[in-house]
Parts: sequence; structure tokens; C-alpha cells
Amino acid sequence: MVRYLIGRVIGLIIVLFIVSIIAFLMMHSVPGGPFDEEKNPLPPAAKANILKKYGLDKPLYEQYYLYMSNAIHGDFGTSFQSPTETVTDLIARTWPVSIQLGLMAIVLAFVTGLTAGIVAAIKQNTWIDYVVTFISTLGITVPNFVIALWLLLIFSIQLNWVPTGGWPTEGGEWTTAILPVITLALGPSALVARYTRSSMVEVIRSEYIRTARAKGLGERVVIMRHTLKNALIPMITILAPQVPNLITGTIFVEVIFRIPGLGKFFVSSIYLRDYPMIMATMLLVALLWSVTFLLSDILYTVVDPRVRLS
Amino acid sequence: MSTTADTPVKTPAAVTEPEASNLWRDAYRRFKKNKLAVGAFFVLVFLVFIAIFADVISPAPYDYSNLIDANQFPNSQHLLGTDSVGRDFLSRLIYGTRVSLTVGISVQLIALAIGLPLGIAAGMLGGWVDYIIMRGVEVLTSIPIWLFALFIISVWRSNGQQVGGGLLNVIVAIGLVGWVDICRLTRAQILTLREKEFVLAANAIGAKPLHIATHHLLPNALAPLIVAVTLGIPTAIFTEAGLSFLGFGINDPLPSWGKMVADSSSYIRVYWHLGLFPTLCIAVTMLTFSFVGDGLRDALDPNLKK
Repeated sequence: MVRYLIGRVIGLIIVLFIVSIIAFLMMHSVPGGPFDEEKNPLPPAAKANILKKYGLDKPLYEQYYLYMSNAIHGDFGTSFQSPTETVTDLIARTWPVSIQLGLMAIVLAFVTGLTAGIVAAIKQNTWIDYVVTFISTLGITVPNFVIALWLLLIFSIQLNWVPTGGWPTEGGEWTTAILPVITLALGPSALVARYTRSSMVEVIRSEYIRTARAKGLGERVVIMRHTLKNALIPMITILAPQVPNLITGTIFVEVIFRIPGLGKFFVSSIYLRDYPMIMATMLLVALLWSVTFLLSDILYTVVDPRVRLS
Repeated sequence: MSTTADTPVKTPAAVTEPEASNLWRDAYRRFKKNKLAVGAFFVLVFLVFIAIFADVISPAPYDYSNLIDANQFPNSQHLLGTDSVGRDFLSRLIYGTRVSLTVGISVQLIALAIGLPLGIAAGMLGGWVDYIIMRGVEVLTSIPIWLFALFIISVWRSNGQQVGGGLLNVIVAIGLVGWVDICRLTRAQILTLREKEFVLAANAIGAKPLHIATHHLLPNALAPLIVAVTLGIPTAIFTEAGLSFLGFGINDPLPSWGKMVADSSSYIRVYWHLGLFPTLCIAVTMLTFSFVGDGLRDALDPNLKK
């Protein structure tokens, strides 16, 4: 187990290393950039000074080394689009918004998905089951920017119930959170519902459930304690990738609902070629994903003692 | 997984049916029973038809704009209205079908061209080759694929490398990051099939590894690969729509549903049709491919179904 974990962590570091090299090299292949002189040509001496200040006159491998050794200490440089702030400041300012949005969506997705899945499994092949299956198929297949637009058309524009954009902590009303959270939650919720249903259906047929019923246990205890507990195990693999996905802010939802989170900021970074910001965000996302996958594998062995990591 | 082809005679179906059963005939029979998948298949044929004959079907060229007709609601002359520069919206949606399907299918071809050889190499050779390929796979799964594609496209764009109104850029970028699933699937298939008796037998009579791969392993891995490719098409279409939505995909005047959704957002308060129709197109196409893909999976791999 310990050996396995060490191997996985080394693998994780290698992956992050490669991601950083690819991102770094690609960014440097781009001509022009923050000190473009198309509009205001600089005297050569001033330009050399600026290049020197940002270390851009050094060879590429040295620039990379400098960047990474700073990055490990939490210094990702200065953002090009907002030169008064460091990248770390910018992320610290925009990420909390995405985290709030993501956490609300995760909670909503889990609660609704679980309930719908359980009900659908108990009422197998009734209209409730079909409705849940239909909605979850929609939620899984249809991209969330499409769903966002539909919700916007119906609830903001036709019915005028909620505002079209903004965010509660950024000067909006609390109602601004409703549509983005629902949009973001729908996909994962559909996944949770589908897997809860199929694994409940499978567990309900198993022999220990028949035993539990034969012992004369009430339906409630059988469902909640015997069936659900075992049906929840596969959920770890399904929910795990959703966590970093939702927490790093789903870009489309933030763009459509004009939420000033990390996702929206990432898009503007790409428009403005703000490389320090792009690089930091890519590394952050890669780190979050890899760590979540590792944690979910470990968690799996904890809840299901039959699984051994090797 | 799908080794039905090896033991066709033992199934009871072979007794009741005079015709000898094989994988494809069985799959066809099972697919026919799945009404949803058959229905979706006809929609799919319809979409392909529209994409191929876009020039004939659409009432106007996709880039013909007439500013006097701008921002019209659906009417008898423009069945689905016009956009903000007076282009017939129905025509743009029809050509958008061609763009979406082109992206979906080409991306999967690129993904196959990269993922299949790498998967075979990883599965057959093992050792350090396997290790390196799997690390590559891990790198690409450490970040959502369309984020990688977005990054690649933005670098190309800054370098001024744009081909075919961005269409080729989008296809290559998504293809370059989208081979991971096929590679992993091929590798897993080869690892399981390699231990089967018929492969051991082929090995014993001295067949070369390449011959075993092409004549024994691949034909048996074909069914899951077909499913993976079918289900990969909607993912590619979604990624293109998403990239175009953010403004990093296909450029005007070439129509892309994702771009049309993005363009509509400034006018959506009044001109709802500009947002509604392209989103419906995206949703219908994604659902169609998923239903057909799910149907194919159930038909080709009966073990998966209870």
C-alpha cells in the first residue's frame, strides 16, 4: 500500500512536470506578447531593461527553472492584464467565487441525484422511473451552456423571475445564484441519479438483501442501511472527477451568467494572452485533478475492503 | 468482453434459428429491437443527409447577408428568421450541421489514427513503451480535454496559424487531445485478449506479433472500438461548439452552432430565436449520437446488459 502510494505520488509529480513543460514551451512559441511594440516602439536600452526585469533575456531552460522554483514557493509572477496584482492575488480573488458556485452545485447535485436515483430504483419501470431516466439522459448528454441558455430564456427572459447574471458576493442579489447553480448541478446530478439507480437495482437483487427481508426487517431499514450503503460505493469514482471540475469553475456557466470567477477570468486571460495567469491556472487544474483521482482511489479501499491497491 | 464471435454454435438461438448466427447478425437483430436506438439512427441518417446536401437543401448561401432583412423573426420568407447581419438562419443551421458532423467524424479519425497504434504498442510491447505511453495518457487526462484544446488553439491563433476559417485548427486540436480514450480502450482490450486460448494457439504455431495484432486481436476488439468512436463523436461536436462559443473555434462567416449561440447572447432578450434554434440543434445531435452509441453498445456487447 505505502509502496503503491509512493509510486502514485511520483507519477503525479511527473505528470505535473510534463504539463508545465508543455505549457511553458507552447507559450514561448508565440511571437509578441505583453511587451509588443507595434503601437509604441521602445528605445532598445529600455526594452533590454524590461526584458531583463522579467528574465526574458535568459535562455529558455533557465527561464523555466526560474519560473518553477518561484512557483513552488507560491509565486506565479505578475499578471499581464492587471499589472498591480500578482497571479496569486488574482487567483485568491476570483477562485472563491468559483468555489462557492461549485460547492453549492455539488451539494445540490448529490442531494437531488441521490433522491431521484433511489426513488427510480424502488419504483422501477413506473412513470417516475421513466421521467428520472429521461431527465438524466438530457442532463448527461446536453452541454451545460445549452441548458444555461434554455434556463435563461425561460426563467429570466420569459418569466422574469430571476436576474440574467451577476453573483451574490459581487454585488448581485442572492437570486442570481439560482440559475447557475442549477445549470452546473444538472449534469453531475443526472450522473449520480443514473448510477444510484443502476447500482441500487443491482444490490436490491442480491442475496444479502433477500436475507435482510427474510429476517423481517422493515423496508426502510433494508433500503437505507443495507441497499444504499453498498450502492453508494461506485459513486466515489463518478463524483470524484466532478469535484475539481466544479470547483475550478465551469467556464461556460460563468461566461453566460457573467460570474466573476476563475473560469471567466481564464477566458479573458486567453484573450489577452496573459501567460503567467494561464500557466498558473493550468497547473492548478492539473494538480487538483491528479490529487482528486489519487484520493478517490484511496477512499475506495476504505469503503470497500474487498478492493486492494497494488 | 465481446467474444461472442468465438462461440456462436453453443447459443440456444442457433438451434431455433436455421441461419447461422454471427456477431454482426446477432448485433443487428438486437439493435433492431431497441426502438430508441433505431429511431435515433434514422435521425442520424437524416442529419448526415442534410450535411451532405446542404448546398441543395438550404434556401440561401450561408454567407449571403442582406442588412435590410436583419433580425427578422421566423416568417414565411425566412422560415427560422434572420441573424443580426441579415443572413437566413435556416441556411446557417443547415450548413452548421455539415460543420458539426465534419468536426465530429474527422476528430474521431485523427483520434483513431493516433490512439489505435499507441494502444496496440502499449498493449503488445509492454515494458517501458507501455510506461511512456500511459504517462502521456495521464498527462492528457490531468486537464479537461477541451481546456487543452483551447490552449493549443490560442497558441496557434497568436502565431497566425489559421486554416479553413479555423475549422482545421479545431479538428486537429481536438484530435490531438482526444485519442486518449481510444488508446486506453485498445490497450485494455489487447491485454485481456492476449491471454485467450486462440491467441496463445496462434503464438504457439509461430505467428508474428504484428500478424497476431492485426488478424486476431484487432478483429475481436472491433466492437468496443466502434462503440467508443460513435460515442466520441458527440464529445467532439460538443467540444467544437464550446470552443466556438468562447470565440476560439470556427470563425465567421463559416457557421458553427456554438458560435451562433454565443452571437445570440447579446440579442437574446428580444431575438430569442437566435439562441433557441442552434441550442436545439446541438441538443438533438448530441442525443442522437448518444442513443445510437448506447444502442450499438447493447447490441454488440450483450454481456453488459443484464
